[in-house]
Amino acid sequence: MSDDTRDRETPEDAAPDTGGSTSAKKPSAGVDRRNLFKGLATLPVLGALGATAWGKRQADEARRQAIVDELGVSGDAPAIIDRLTSRPPSDRINIGIVGFGGEGEAVVRAAGFPRPAWIEDRREAQRNNSRDTRLDEYLAHGDLNLELTAVCDLFDNRAEGALAASSCETRPGGAPPGRGATRYQRYTEMLESDDVDAIIIATPDHWHAQICIDAANAGKHIYCEKAMTRTEAEVLPVVEAVKQSGVKFQLGHQNRQLESHEKAREVYEKGILGPVTLVETTTNRNDPWGAWVWDIHPDGNPDTIDWAQFQEHAGHDAPFSLERFFRWRCWFDYGTGLGGDLLSHEYDAVNQIMRLGIPKSAMASGGIYTFKDGRDVPDTFQVAYEYPDRDMTLLYSASLGSGRGRGKVFMGHDAAMEVGSGVRVVAEPLSTRFADMIEQDVVDPDRPLLTYRPGFKGLDAVTTATEEYFASRGLLFTYRGGQRVSTHWLHLKDWFDTIRFGGEPACNIDRGFEEAITCHMATMSYQLGRKVEWDPVQQKIV
Amino acid sequence: MSTTPTLTGARLWAMAALRMLIGWHLLYEGIAKLSNSYWTSAGFLADSQGPLAGFYLWLASDPGRLTAVDWLNQWGLTLIGAAMILGVFSRAATLMAAVLLGLYYLGSPPWPGIVVNAPAEGSYLIVNKTLIEFVALIVLWLFPTGRQVGFDSYLSRGGDQ
Repeated sequence: MSDDTRDRETPEDAAPDTGGSTSAKKPSAGVDRRNLFKGLATLPVLGALGATAWGKRQADEARRQAIVDELGVSGDAPAIIDRLTSRPPSDRINIGIVGFGGEGEAVVRAAGFPRPAWIEDRREAQRNNSRDTRLDEYLAHGDLNLELTAVCDLFDNRAEGALAASSCETRPGGAPPGRGATRYQRYTEMLESDDVDAIIIATPDHWHAQICIDAANAGKHIYCEKAMTRTEAEVLPVVEAVKQSGVKFQLGHQNRQLESHEKAREVYEKGILGPVTLVETTTNRNDPWGAWVWDIHPDGNPDTIDWAQFQEHAGHDAPFSLERFFRWRCWFDYGTGLGGDLLSHEYDAVNQIMRLGIPKSAMASGGIYTFKDGRDVPDTFQVAYEYPDRDMTLLYSASLGSGRGRGKVFMGHDAAMEVGSGVRVVAEPLSTRFADMIEQDVVDPDRPLLTYRPGFKGLDAVTTATEEYFASRGLLFTYRGGQRVSTHWLHLKDWFDTIRFGGEPACNIDRGFEEAITCHMATMSYQLGRKVEWDPVQQKIV
Repeated sequence: MSTTPTLTGARLWAMAALRMLIGWHLLYEGIAKLSNSYWTSAGFLADSQGPLAGFYLWLASDPGRLTAVDWLNQWGLTLIGAAMILGVFSRAATLMAAVLLGLYYLGSPPWPGIVVNAPAEGSYLIVNKTLIEFVALIVLWLFPTGRQVGFDSYLSRGGDQ
């Protein structure tokens, strides 16, 4: 260890006087020639990095461009044509709520009427944790220019909650305090009121059809929660009533507003997947709440619940039961279990992306394998739908006893697409369309052809393994124009826009018809223990 | 730090090589992120485990904050990496690099009891390559080489202190 050791005792500590302590950076001859060399010695390293990085970037960019050119899918978020909500009082829409349970409250809150106690809870949460910004995000939603004027619920406690919401002072979008609603014991009285333009139906399913028909006949616009009806027999009367009345009907599939669904539709319509012969959809839950073992309210009793009215339109008579009232989804008397609750979401997503319509046949099976709590709807449920004129099968598979995510997959000959809150497309190794690109290493079947993550930076054709992993897990939030937005709010706004400006809601009565028949085919197949078919001439499941 | 040790000969060149290689690593990480217009730290932040998970999730949950974090990472890595290769303000750059690496390490530390979701190419217990690189940066900070191999020699004495 010798020679240049002689730099010695921190020469720079003592004598940087050469360069001067301030400005001049010019080395002064002799001593600094060596320093110059040592400084310059670093440049080849930087140059080598620059040159190789540039070459790699050119290659990556060429690959990305080749994929984007081939696919013809834009990297941007789907175009959203937003219509401004005008806010003069004359344009105000008066709404009524029938059924202020969990979902009813969520929809009414999204419409701009939170219960004051809910606001307080959120404030408290924010006080305890300054990073909890859910209240701010909620209040940032636009004012839809509504008044909640009418409330109907068969349980006193919930009706009172809805009344409190109707006069809430803290509302999103700087909306003025609500002026307060009237409570009706029966929804029919609400429909007679001139003070109601539109109603939200969030009752158990066995009441949907009758309320829809009566509301349409009364000329009230309808936002109805899924499933649209409890039975097949109720479907056509609802469709006819809505079509004859001309009211705007929106089925409550708020997931229609997910950006990822719009993007998935674009991918499908561009034919990137090639012939799609199988679509697999799933529900995977592993907790009692997810299996409709919902809380029984301590105030619930025969004095506070109008049981007789609740039982109207139910499948069978039954004595007063808190379980049946608060956990109604567990019985076919009030709903259709997985068929109307979760299959309907999955089917609607596929119908939105592929415009499938009603299948030719359905074959379902399943059983009550986890929740042996007196329910009569299955907690494990599988359905195979056949679409021979589309050359494809739609599968639905549900478990309420295991939560392993299985996602929603569109299997095509050229590529497979997974859709969640994001979209991920992977080329098939033996694809015909991508054969040349795979051969040329432009497309790698082990990595996504493209991924789309809403709210972030759009579509990505070249990702690292780690990013691919993160993308595959989907994302936490739904964005519009960079802002976190509730899909309920978007779905309501879509409905109110059609009431104000005309046009058709995203999930109109035709989509509702398709959803109702398709779901009932699965339920009927399960109950009958055989394959059922849709007869389009007789308009009947046979 | 009273006296800064002066390295010579093979020790000097080995230490300078370590500095430039870590600089290369960081600079290319920065360039790769800058040149990929779709890159975002959102996934890393949202998936974070460990002591800073709540903070990282908070960063990821707002587009404004996320943009700032992305920008700081892209340019921070690029400038720090270039400074370490060239030996310009190399001690300050080394220290900032150590801070960044520390934040990455704490984002998903391979500690017992913490389930790290992101795929790793090896098996780690407490110590992973990020932690080793972090400690290497501390060593580089204690044994600076920028004035002997690098442009710090042109800068005034304030340059790297």
